[in-house]
Amino acid sequence: MTDLIQRHPAWSFVIFVVAAGIVWAIFSVWPPGLEDVMGKKKVFLNALFNGVTLGALYFLVASGFTLIFGLMKNVNLAHGSLYMVGGYVGYAVAATTGWWLLAFVVSFVVVALIGVVLQYVVFRRMEGEDLRQTLVTIGISIVLADLMLWIMGGNTFQILAPEWLGGPMRLPLVTAVKSSGEAVYMTYPVVRLVILLASAAIGILMWLALNRTRIGMLVRAGVDDRDMLSATGVRIQRVFVLVFAFGAGLAGIAGVVGGTFQSVAPGEDTRFLLASLVVVIVGGMGSIPGAAVGALIIGLAEQFGSVYFPTYSVVLTFLIMVAVLAFRPQGIFGSAR
Amino acid sequence: MTVDAVASRAGATGQAYRQQALLGPANIAWRYWVIGFILLLMPVAANSFVLFQIFGWAFILGMIALSLMFLGGYGGMVSLAQMAVAGLAAYMLAVFGTSGVPQVSLGWPWWLAVPVAIVIAVVFGTITGALAVRTEGIYTIMITLAIATAFFYFVRQNYTIFNGFNGFNQVLPPHLFGVDWRQPIPIYYLTLAFAALAYFLVVYVSRSPFGLALQGVRDNPRRMAALGFNVTAHRIAAYAFASFIAAVAGILLVWLNAQVSPGSVAVGPAIDILVIAVIGGIRHPIGPFIGALIFVTIRTFALDILVSFGIPGERFQLLVGITFLAIVFWSPDGILGLWPRARKWLASASSLTGDSGRAL
Repeated sequence: MTDLIQRHPAWSFVIFVVAAGIVWAIFSVWPPGLEDVMGKKKVFLNALFNGVTLGALYFLVASGFTLIFGLMKNVNLAHGSLYMVGGYVGYAVAATTGWWLLAFVVSFVVVALIGVVLQYVVFRRMEGEDLRQTLVTIGISIVLADLMLWIMGGNTFQILAPEWLGGPMRLPLVTAVKSSGEAVYMTYPVVRLVILLASAAIGILMWLALNRTRIGMLVRAGVDDRDMLSATGVRIQRVFVLVFAFGAGLAGIAGVVGGTFQSVAPGEDTRFLLASLVVVIVGGMGSIPGAAVGALIIGLAEQFGSVYFPTYSVVLTFLIMVAVLAFRPQGIFGSAR
Repeated sequence: MTVDAVASRAGATGQAYRQQALLGPANIAWRYWVIGFILLLMPVAANSFVLFQIFGWAFILGMIALSLMFLGGYGGMVSLAQMAVAGLAAYMLAVFGTSGVPQVSLGWPWWLAVPVAIVIAVVFGTITGALAVRTEGIYTIMITLAIATAFFYFVRQNYTIFNGFNGFNQVLPPHLFGVDWRQPIPIYYLTLAFAALAYFLVVYVSRSPFGLALQGVRDNPRRMAALGFNVTAHRIAAYAFASFIAAVAGILLVWLNAQVSPGSVAVGPAIDILVIAVIGGIRHPIGPFIGALIFVTIRTFALDILVSFGIPGERFQLLVGITFLAIVFWSPDGILGLWPRARKWLASASSLTGDSGRAL
């Protein structure tokens, strides 16, 4: 932190001012002049919270993608399909047993197994052949998408959250003050807050696992130089399978999360594949903090875009990507290639 | 005999022989004559459905895939934005020319609208390329895919220029020389002529100094840079050339289809172009056309094929996906790659018996 301030004093100041402004906008009661320009504070806060929650979901999908890419240089364009398999499996489990939490476990295991199969059957056979891997995974995603359409039909499913997570919750944030002087507090669905906290917890656990455990050490060494790692006697193929299974399993969990607070429907696979592509391009390939920052930026951009420039909100995210590419092609947290 | 073989023989016998060998129709390989005659006489045998729905589509999709093949095969850059370039040309023709949406279309004559549409599409494709060449390999695929998707969302949301979700209909070709070019036989010859032109143009460019330098850049950008070639400029120029072919194909596409809508430039069609190029073979310009013919045939007859296997008819994507997977798995060079493979396999099989396979 101090390092950053010393190296880029001007940028640090800008970041500080922006952060202070956002904190002020969240906690203060807005003066009427600001409300004329920006609309109601409630709208702003909702966009902020929805953006952060969406960012959390994008982080779950994209972190698996970026982990797999960072270690194995595998481009898994079937990642969106894994997300959707997770969503459908989660729906089936939650609908038949009625246990929401069980859906996460089953989805993680099923999708992780698919990941293991993919690693053994596809990626291990074509190590280093980028283009072929890409093509094969595109083919797999076409086949999987059509199989899922065949089995589940074209309907939209929503995974129901359990009752103890239902309903809204009052947050200690004042959105407006009534003419009688009574403060109006913001309310937000509990399930979204729980999902947000859980994603943050998963992110922190991943960071800890990567930086504080032996396996994490192996993975980081593999990201830096996998030939040298395997030369030291590490069974690198096992590390690969493990990481692939974990990354795929995360996509499965994300499918259940997405199915709960949005829905599972045909076409979601491409949407989330593209979201994770944009997230990792913006954040930097192979970097977990990059995935977190990128997911937050893209989630916020989508939600604020849909509130303040509704027509072109989808294009906004791609504009961000183009801007990042033009000025920092390796992504915000990416290392120079 | 292919021209490559002629060229290599010329290497042994000297420059004069090579120039002689390339002159005159007698030196065109017999299979070009055969294919040319079959294609020219096709309307005699085939009905209008085959001419319009299969060959018309195959030539146009083949041209778009050819632009991808040029980038991928000679430039080493796989771009998924080619369909967006073609789609932009189609849209621009509808905007500047005449369509069923008079409140947007400017109604310019076709000889003005077509060049303007092509120029705009080429500029768009070149800018896409300038962005994409900042990255390499797999990143290029992802960035062009993202650009193509952004384009799709943009045309779906924009109503002032692109007429949003509905797009444009009744974009018809002009009645030139008293011919209705949307009838099956005229459009067959029209698309055939442009596809052939595009094919020979790509073959020509691939042997020109620019094309050779581009292939050098594909194989070893560092060495080419050290030799004094501007690597980035060559790559961007390759995008511009590929965009031109895709733009011409886009014009033909909107004439054949008579309409253009966001669905024409969605992610699915963009990936279809890659599928076509890869099924056919990305190493030679004829590959995309073979791939397009196979793709369009499967797409048209998927219902009958699937029903005959006892599978519901709407599983077309499954059939295409499995075909695609099988080809990428076993023959990375597509259908075209099967022939050298078969030859090699036959040669190795006969070597078991002591015969060196000279019969081949």
